[in-house]
Amino acid sequence: MRVSSMSVPKSPRIWQLAERRYRLIGTKCLKCGRVFIGPRKVCPQCGSRELQDVELPRRGRIYSYTVVRAPPMERENYGPYIIAIVELENGCKLTTEIVDCSPEEIDIGTEVEAVFRKIGEESKSGIIYYGCKFRPVK
Amino acid sequence: MRGEVAVIGVGMTRFGEHWDKQLRDLFVEATLEALEDARIDLKDIKAMFIGNMGSGMWVEQEHLGPLLADYLGVPGIPSVKVESACASSGMAFRLGVLAVASGLYDIVLVGGVEKMTDVTTPESTHHLASAADREWEAFYGVTFPALFALIARRHMKQYGTTREQLAKVAVKNHKHGSYNPKAQFQRPITVEEVLSSPLVADPLRLLDCSPISDGAAVAILARADIARKFTDTPVYVLGSGVGTDTIALHDRDDITVLKSVVLAAKEAYSMAKVEPRDINVAEVHDCFTIAEILAYEDLGFAKKGEGGKLIDEGVTELGGRIPVNPSGGLKAKGHPVGATGVAQIVEIVLQLRNEAGKRQVPNAEIGLTQNIGGSGASCVVHILGARRR
Repeated sequence: MRVSSMSVPKSPRIWQLAERRYRLIGTKCLKCGRVFIGPRKVCPQCGSRELQDVELPRRGRIYSYTVVRAPPMERENYGPYIIAIVELENGCKLTTEIVDCSPEEIDIGTEVEAVFRKIGEESKSGIIYYGCKFRPVK
Repeated sequence: MRGEVAVIGVGMTRFGEHWDKQLRDLFVEATLEALEDARIDLKDIKAMFIGNMGSGMWVEQEHLGPLLADYLGVPGIPSVKVESACASSGMAFRLGVLAVASGLYDIVLVGGVEKMTDVTTPESTHHLASAADREWEAFYGVTFPALFALIARRHMKQYGTTREQLAKVAVKNHKHGSYNPKAQFQRPITVEEVLSSPLVADPLRLLDCSPISDGAAVAILARADIARKFTDTPVYVLGSGVGTDTIALHDRDDITVLKSVVLAAKEAYSMAKVEPRDINVAEVHDCFTIAEILAYEDLGFAKKGEGGKLIDEGVTELGGRIPVNPSGGLKAKGHPVGATGVAQIVEIVLQLRNEAGKRQVPNAEIGLTQNIGGSGASCVVHILGARRR
């Protein structure tokens, strides 16, 4: 596999968001009530600057999904994987991988829950990075 | 601004795999063709606006403004790169129009260029994902086919759009591409071929996807009141609109609507004083087949959810009421991302000058281009006319 200097996220960027990714922390607008996965200082919905970090619910339903069969370089040896937009119980939507099931076992509306998993590695000798993936609720 | 700026010349390379050429070679080739078309000299160009998405990633070269001015033999003039992912050169065109309309320059060059095939497909897939949210989408393995697959699955669920309707978009655009000597693919395909091509991101298959391409496209803009000094067939910029949306698909209420397109179209129609039914020919951003269905709806050619009907009824084929993507579109003509916006302008200019050969839309007087960036986080729409008012 070719190694490019731009192939993977770099350590500082991983650390900057690590806690939010590990603990599934989002941002809630105190004015319009909208919740976002990323850290924000201004609400893109209503323009309010009153936002607060909130722990997100760990359950939700699949809003849409696909199976990635032509992966980007950092996942070249990873095989086909399911990517979904999940709508959490509080309405916040996020993009994630669906694991521990085959594509035939899921559909729009399938209930899923967060699981802590490895996302990838910077390089052979670089740091391993983690985050939440989701799996169907059994 | 309506009618104050004219396109006086256009040029483009063939789109495809130019393994023996560099980015600068492609841009110079397209420019020389445009200058010949406009019958002007390089010294007449007062400024350059160059659309490009990712030369820093694909060929490790930034600072394209001065680089390309240098290689065109006009170092010294203002020249700048414009980036808005796949909408980069549509945005460059708009900035060129604004620069001329402002009165600052009488003649400017706008162009777009991308060199993508020097790297492997997984590398290109990674670079393209920088048009999405790197931290909250691409980090988890999202690719561009995947984002449009997420949209396609919702569209099919909400409106009953069918797999066959998506395939028909690719079939139509390949048929149109077979009439375009500059298209990457000039071979017609069938619905069966689309439906049996390998899955890329379910439900999208290989033949639902535009290719990875190299290429460049250039247009020369001039003040409308001097345009006839250079050409008997100036094409006028009647309307220009831009819109943006959240960078991540998941932050939108309904992913089957590209709000940036609705906003850009509204601004462009209003400036041009025309309505969707006045458009005779359109070049839209069919990076994936579902994207053309969305374009029909968000540009007002069909009601939301009814885009599939247009393709079933042949409305958007050559010979139909409003031919869409006579060039072959991104699907068949090719999609060197930063060059696509101006390549759409090139096609509409040829159509309005009645010079599009076998793919000519008869009596086309008003044409539209729609160029989107990423999963619709940015969009630029232009309306061009054969007549000034």
